[in-house]
Amino acid sequence: MNRVVFQNVIRFVLLLLLQVLLFNKINLYGYLNPFVYILFILLLPFETPGWLLLALSFITGLTVDLFSGTPGLHTAATVFAGFARPAIIRLVGKHDESDSSKFPTIRDMGLKWFVSYASIVVFLHHAALNYLDVFSFTEFFRTLLRVIVSSLFTVLFVILIEYIFVSHREKR
Amino acid sequence: MRNILAFIVRYHFLLLFVVLEAVAITMFVNSTYYQQSAVLNAGNNITGRFYTSASNVTGYFRLRRTNELLSIENSILRQGSGMSFLKNDTNTFWKNDTLYRQQYKYIVARVIHNSTNKRNNYIMLDKGRRFGIEKDMAVITPDGIAGTVVSVSENFAWVMSVLNKYTRISARIQKNNQMGTVVWNGVDYSIGTLTDIPAHVKLSRGDTIVTSGFSNIFPAGLMLGTIKDYRVEQGEHFYVIPFAFSVDFNSLDYVYVVKSLMKEEQDKLKETTEEQGNE
Repeated sequence: MNRVVFQNVIRFVLLLLLQVLLFNKINLYGYLNPFVYILFILLLPFETPGWLLLALSFITGLTVDLFSGTPGLHTAATVFAGFARPAIIRLVGKHDESDSSKFPTIRDMGLKWFVSYASIVVFLHHAALNYLDVFSFTEFFRTLLRVIVSSLFTVLFVILIEYIFVSHREKR
Repeated sequence: MRNILAFIVRYHFLLLFVVLEAVAITMFVNSTYYQQSAVLNAGNNITGRFYTSASNVTGYFRLRRTNELLSIENSILRQGSGMSFLKNDTNTFWKNDTLYRQQYKYIVARVIHNSTNKRNNYIMLDKGRRFGIEKDMAVITPDGIAGTVVSVSENFAWVMSVLNKYTRISARIQKNNQMGTVVWNGVDYSIGTLTDIPAHVKLSRGDTIVTSGFSNIFPAGLMLGTIKDYRVEQGEHFYVIPFAFSVDFNSLDYVYVVKSLMKEEQDKLKETTEEQGNE
């Protein structure tokens, strides 16, 4: 259990650094802004209690907000994603509740499961984030395009990061 | 009582979600327009320091371009200085202080945080109140204008980039002095939109757009960009004019913060006139 906590703390720090120093600077015609820090919420263990999930989402969002100067924006979106996560896990597919050694990762659940799970969470998160940022529906389709393009790239990067982490763990 | 407790325990996930979301959205709404200084100043010193050390590293990658810009600007300034003119008549360069009253002061600052990929972009500068930076000052680069200071802490300043939903810059077309407003539609960081130009005005591609100086924030005549295209939407009486920004917002490094020495006087004058009008 302690190992899991330690692992998640390290992951939290690394993902935030990656987000703030690298991904916040990526740009493609104004449409592309991947938010890979959501991977932290994606990879929390299955049996994380609901209140902890929400609290961690809140803290993650708040930290990103602090570094982007957007109080509340990422917090609201990440809490929303955290709230949706259990329902999405139920939707995408059951996992064996008795088997607590499994995590919502590509290695444990397979690529297909992870991609569908990650896509939905990421899309919800990005949609909440972008519509809240624009704060009106007057630019509905332009914002939707932004949500879709950013989501695609976030999922792509999330999978890449996943593979990097996994290969490291197997080598050890 | 027992029922209420049972209810809370049963629906704690939903309730906690509602509470946290409400907190987040309240924070967001209260800070949407100009970022709330209080939230910012608390975070400013930590994040500011963090971004300073990060940009100390990334700054090296832009050295060549920064030097280029500086030397170009130096050559322009040198051309304008008295030394590069042949002085036949000594009176020409005699400045009478009652005629040439300084209106703008320039404070050099470095960009330590910047984004171009959001709908509302902000810039953080490595200088704050201690260096004389105040709210509502203009931020410009040698190429054109970059934004407006929206909040300052002791050592850092937070600047609303031109790439923002709330940007409204009073501008005019240089060749015919027609006045309009510059906004940003959130798609491309290299393209802005000029609005409020009446449809009867004759335009051509490549026309220069400059600041009008009417806002008391930006000095007049600063470059904004050049017209790329223009059209009149059906049933409208004004042009929609996409133009190319003269500033590359993705590579901002050193900027000048403009202090208008007469802003207070201008604002006061406007205020008293408006008060008289209301009576």
